[in-house]
Amino acid sequence: MAVDSAQSPSVTRRPVAWSTPLTYALALAVAAVSIAPVVYVIIGGFRTTPQIIADPAGLPDPWVWDNYARVLTQSDFWKQAFNSAVIAVGTTVGVVVLGVCAAFVLARYTFRGREGLYTFFTLGLLFPSGAAILPLYLMLRDLTLINSYYAVILPQIAFALPLTIVILRPFLSAVPRELEDAAAIDGAGRLGFLWRIMLPLSRPALVTVGVLAFVASWNAFLLPLLVLGDADLHTLPLGVQNFSSQYTSDTAGILAFTSLAMLPALLFFTFAEKQIVGGLQGAVKG
Amino acid sequence: MTSTNPTLSPVGGADAPPAGLRPSRRSSVRAAQTRRKWYEIVGLTLPAVIVYVMFVLVPMGFAVYYSLFRWRGIGPPTDYVGFDNYVLAFQDPIFLDALRNNAIIVVGSLVVQGPIALAVALLLNRRFRGRAVFRLIVFVPYVLAEVTAGIMWKLLLTDNGTVDALMRSLGLGSLVRAWLADLDIVIWTMLFVLTWKYVGFAIILLLAGLSNVPPELTEAAAIDGASWWQTQRHVMLPLLGPTFRIWMFLSMIGSLQAFEVIWVTSVPAVRSLGASATMATYMVDNGFFARLWGYGNAVAVILFVISFVVALLFQRFLLRRDIEGAVTGRVN
Repeated sequence: MAVDSAQSPSVTRRPVAWSTPLTYALALAVAAVSIAPVVYVIIGGFRTTPQIIADPAGLPDPWVWDNYARVLTQSDFWKQAFNSAVIAVGTTVGVVVLGVCAAFVLARYTFRGREGLYTFFTLGLLFPSGAAILPLYLMLRDLTLINSYYAVILPQIAFALPLTIVILRPFLSAVPRELEDAAAIDGAGRLGFLWRIMLPLSRPALVTVGVLAFVASWNAFLLPLLVLGDADLHTLPLGVQNFSSQYTSDTAGILAFTSLAMLPALLFFTFAEKQIVGGLQGAVKG
Repeated sequence: MTSTNPTLSPVGGADAPPAGLRPSRRSSVRAAQTRRKWYEIVGLTLPAVIVYVMFVLVPMGFAVYYSLFRWRGIGPPTDYVGFDNYVLAFQDPIFLDALRNNAIIVVGSLVVQGPIALAVALLLNRRFRGRAVFRLIVFVPYVLAEVTAGIMWKLLLTDNGTVDALMRSLGLGSLVRAWLADLDIVIWTMLFVLTWKYVGFAIILLLAGLSNVPPELTEAAAIDGASWWQTQRHVMLPLLGPTFRIWMFLSMIGSLQAFEVIWVTSVPAVRSLGASATMATYMVDNGFFARLWGYGNAVAVILFVISFVVALLFQRFLLRRDIEGAVTGRVN
C-alpha cells in the first residue's frame, strides 16, 4: 500500500491547469509570510550594518559582498561546517542501518514478542528526548565521551530510531510475499532477500528517514550545546549562536553567517521534499 | 501478515535440506532453521535495542535517582534529600511561570496552527500550475534550524528593527511594543515565532494525509454535484481526522519540550525573570549552567511525567482508533 501510494502522484498525473486568481492570491500570501524573513536575512547579508540601522527594511545600496567574503574566509566557519557534516553523516548512516535492520525483523519475521518489541520502540515517540538531556550529559561524561563526535551521534541515532522504524515498517511489510518466496526458490536466504530486494525496493522510504535524520542532526542545538564544550568541535548552530552573541553590533555579519549556515539544509530539503511527503504517507493514514 | 515458511524459505543455501530426509533428520533441520531464525532476529535488532535503551531509557532512570539528591555534579551523589527538590520546584514562582508558559505554548500552538495548517493544506492540495513551488516555500521555515530562525527573528524584532519599521510605514506605529523585553508580551512573541517555525510541519503531515484520500471519493462527490467547498467539508475533512489528531499529539509533545527557539530568541535576563522561561530552559539554566544537578534532574522528571501523562491521556481518549494501523498500529 505504502509503496504504491508513494508513487501514485506521478502515475496519475493529469495535465495541470491554471487556477483561479483567488487561489494564487492566497498561495502567494502564504508563501510571502513563510519566506519573506528568510529572504530578508539573505539580502541583509549584502548590506552594511550602518545601512541596516538607518533603514531596517530597505534594500542593499550598494550591494556589499564583504560580509559573505568575511565569513567564508574565516576558518571557524569551515571547521564548524565540517563538524556538522561529520556528525550529520554519522547520524544518518547509523539511523538508516540500525533502523532498517530492526524494521526488517519487525516487518518480515513472525515471532513471539514481535508486537511487544514494536510497541517498545514506538514508546520513544512519547519520550520527550529533551527531558533526559541532563542525565544523558552525566552518563556521557562518565563514559568519557564528552567532547567527541560520538557524544552527539550516538544519542541522535537513539532519538531518531522510533520515528524511523514507524516509517520503515509499513514500507517493508508492503513488499509482496511472492517476492520473498521467489527469492527463496532462487536460493537467497532472508538476509539476501533484505539486501538484494528489500533495500532497492524501499529506497523512497530510506531517503525519507535519511533526510529527516540528516536535517534534524544538522539543525540540532541543545545536545551539542551541552556535550561539545570544546570550541574546535562546535557545529554550525553553536557557531551561529556564538557569533551572534559575540559580535552583537555586527548585524550584517550575523545575517551573512546565518544565511550561509542554513543553506545546506535548505538545498538538501529542496532536493528531497517530494520523497519526504511520499514517505510520510506510509506512516500517516489519511 | 508475514510469517515464516520453513518449506519455502530455506535459510541460507548451505543449510538447505537435501530432498528425501528421514523424519528425525528433518526435525533437526527444522530446529536448526528455528535457531538460525532467532540468531537473525537477535542479531538484526540488538544494535538498535542497545542504542535505544542506553541513550533514551537509561538516562531517564538516572534522572529519577539523581533527583533525590542535593548534588553539584562532582563525585557520586551522597546528600540524599528525598523529594525536597520537587517541593522546591513547585515553590519557585519562576518554575510556575515556566509551567504557565508551556501551557500557553501547548494550547496556543493547537489553536493557532491547526486552522492555518488545515486551510493551507486544502489550498495546496488543489491542482494548479506552480503548486510544487508553493509547497516547497511553505516548508522552508520548518527546515531551518531553530537557532537560525531564533536569531533571525531576534534581529527582526529588536527595538526599532525591521518589524517596527514596517509597522510604522503601514501606519501601525502605535501598536509597536518592546517585543522581546516587555515581560507581559514576550511569551506571545515566542508563540508567534514558534507558530511561524512549526506550522509547516502540520502542513506537511496534512498534505501527506490528503494525498492518501482515494481520488474515487472526490470524483464520486463531483458526480453527485458537490461543489469544491462541499467536497472539502464533507469528504476531505472527515478523512483527515486521524492525521490531524496525530499532528495534535506531536505538536503537544513538542510544545512541552520547547527549548531552542526560546533560548536563542529571548534575552537571558527576561528568561530568568520567568517571563519567557519554559520547563526545558528552566531545567538547563538551573541544572547545567547553575550546576544544581539534583534539582535540574527533578525538573527533568517533572517535565517527563507531565509529557507522559498528556501523551497517555491523549492516546486513551483521542488517538486509540487512529493508532490501529497508523502510527503505532498493526501492519497488514
